Amino acid sequence: MKNIKYIYLKITLLLGFIFTLTISCERDPSDEVEFASYSNTGDVFIDGFMGGLDYFPFNGSFSEAFSVDTAEKYMGTASMRFDIPVFGVGYGGATFPSLEPRDLSDYDALTFWAKASQGADINEIGFGINGDTNNKYQVSMQNLPLTTNWKKYIIPIPDPSMLYQEIGMFWYGEGAETAEDEGGYTFWIDELKFEKLGTVAQPQPKILNGEDVEELVFLGNTINLVESGLTQTFNLASGVNQTVIAAPSYFTFISTDVDVARVSELGIVSIVGDGTATITATLGGVKAKGSLTVEVSGAFNTAPVPTHNSGDVISIFSDTYTNVPVDFINGYWEPYQTTQSTIFEVVDNNMIDKIISYTDFNFVGNQFANPTINVTEKSNLHLNMLIFDEIPSNLDFLISIVDFGADGIEGGDDDTRQQVFFNSADFVANEWSTLEIPLTLNNKANIGLIIYENVNGSSLSNFYLDNIYFHN
Amino acid sequence: MKHINKFKKRVQTLLFKSFLFAMLFIVIVSCSTDENQTVANFTELVMQDEFDTDGALNTAIWDYEIGTGNNGWGNNELQYYTDRTKNITVQNGVLIMSAIKESFEGSNYTSARIVTKGEHAYGRFEARIRLPYGQGIWPAFWLLGANCSDAVVWPQCGEIDIMEYKGQEPTTIHGSVNGNGFSDGEAITKSYSLENDRFDTGFHVFGIEWTPEYINYYVDDVLYNQITPSDVPGEWVFDHPFKIIINLAVGGSFVGSPNSETTFPQTMLIDYVRVYKN
Repeated sequence: MKNIKYIYLKITLLLGFIFTLTISCERDPSDEVEFASYSNTGDVFIDGFMGGLDYFPFNGSFSEAFSVDTAEKYMGTASMRFDIPVFGVGYGGATFPSLEPRDLSDYDALTFWAKASQGADINEIGFGINGDTNNKYQVSMQNLPLTTNWKKYIIPIPDPSMLYQEIGMFWYGEGAETAEDEGGYTFWIDELKFEKLGTVAQPQPKILNGEDVEELVFLGNTINLVESGLTQTFNLASGVNQTVIAAPSYFTFISTDVDVARVSELGIVSIVGDGTATITATLGGVKAKGSLTVEVSGAFNTAPVPTHNSGDVISIFSDTYTNVPVDFINGYWEPYQTTQSTIFEVVDNNMIDKIISYTDFNFVGNQFANPTINVTEKSNLHLNMLIFDEIPSNLDFLISIVDFGADGIEGGDDDTRQQVFFNSADFVANEWSTLEIPLTLNNKANIGLIIYENVNGSSLSNFYLDNIYFHN
Repeated sequence: MKHINKFKKRVQTLLFKSFLFAMLFIVIVSCSTDENQTVANFTELVMQDEFDTDGALNTAIWDYEIGTGNNGWGNNELQYYTDRTKNITVQNGVLIMSAIKESFEGSNYTSARIVTKGEHAYGRFEARIRLPYGQGIWPAFWLLGANCSDAVVWPQCGEIDIMEYKGQEPTTIHGSVNGNGFSDGEAITKSYSLENDRFDTGFHVFGIEWTPEYINYYVDDVLYNQITPSDVPGEWVFDHPFKIIINLAVGGSFVGSPNSETTFPQTMLIDYVRVYKN
């Protein structure tokens, strides 16, 4: 891919050269002159938008968050001002695209000066948002700490050679994530530009957060490497190791056996055959730390397709029905919960079937409390559950269905719960079981939570869930 | 820390001034030598190791220094120095010193330190080195008085640090002299920082020009300091032969310990060491 692009560039360069030579006697260059590369303007905001720049607030963001401030600035006459609303009012978020693509390949970082009206962490900040390429070269720095003094910040470019026609100059997203998180404050950014610092060095790219991970997977599975941590780290002049989240297209992925697993440019691993394969990667010619070894053992049998009429169903998790808003399928309740989870996708009959996988299970919950759901008209909770290899003989599996009561919130004195126990006789190893739980709750107008637990020393560790829904 | 920062600023101003001065000099008096300026002229090579023979270090020129010295070579350094190939070897025309994180003889790190068999007084001493990086990494290219002994204890025997470097400050090196009344924290030091570059991504030349009247410090083609007898608050002990030492320390009072972000192994590459006679 890269080679083709380079050759193309060379040819245009050559053409440009010949063109200049042959018609250099003419007075005006033709309008049809095509330049071999894009503008290499690095400035983004100095005292105003530089080099042709636009501003697009993100959907749902506080539209007045961004303004140009001439009173507060680090240098010159103006700075970018961002007013972050208080908790509950929304968030500030926008992208600042260049009107024309720019060649940023000679720079090594996006730099800026910033300060805030109070100590604050910017949730996400970076560059590379480009609708035309699906944010192919997006970079994000998370939880950037700002102080009340102007300070210079550096966001390194994971591999500058990729950015020869980039539009996404800058983006940010910051809001109060909880009532305790900072909100209702202002931060300023000034002298925003791409720079060649010359001191961005010692790259340490990582996939899977630098871990060597082994996974048991099935034919048709897909695994998204973006979700498991793709980062680039550089050592800066300050001695600080600065890590950014790098889009998968910065990496070159390698599979030891493409007949078992293949990786797309977007970091999606597709399981295509039986056997074992290891996925590694390089970034800018540097081997990334971390790997994913997949062991594929046949096809994964998906859960039976539900047959209830969609009009009779309120679905929490299924691919057959439209699901209600779900807060989480794993609350990672501290400090005692050990359960980890992933949602993996199986391609079955050209349909994507999502399945919840729980590992290191002790207890876990599915919450859907915003809003809670009213199942007064429903008679049953339906679940499909799968346990591989062996059903623990001591299996004592408790499912609790929790109604939050009239106040609609968990806690208080009006919560009620229905508890149902299952044992080893209810399951067959390697086969999907269908659990039908008749609802016996008196109040079921504000259901917000389903909890799964090992009780009485039950040793179930791993299982799969699908098709969680209420019906009549 | 603050002290060093202040120093850096002064260096930059000085550098800028000397740059301006050099410009003026070139333009106005390019044909005559300023009478205050001492021009160094060291051309006769008296010692050199180009590290052009792959394999073990040339022990006709160098001795290994093994172990932990006294109290971590006087600095609470954490490494154990060895002569093993994994810590020190010549490959592809460079001497490679590697600091490794491993348990060895009671230490948690191993590395290497070498000293010349021969000794020299005065001249131009230089080495071309690519430095390592990371918190707690402390490479040095320096001279120690050849008369250091129980009778003439350090710092009376003298120490000239041509290059010292903290891995956590990858753009800055330090040049110092140590003698009685000006050693360790009170050593006469000047720091030199690269702009838009760093010492761990390419080779740089570190050198001094040492005469009875002064010691000039330079990095690449930039002369950044001159120390004369009047600059030191004690006896000028730089009047007798010294030995050259190159070492790659881990931890110690000068740099602090490595942390979880320090990657190992760290390697220092030395392209050559040369001494020119006065």
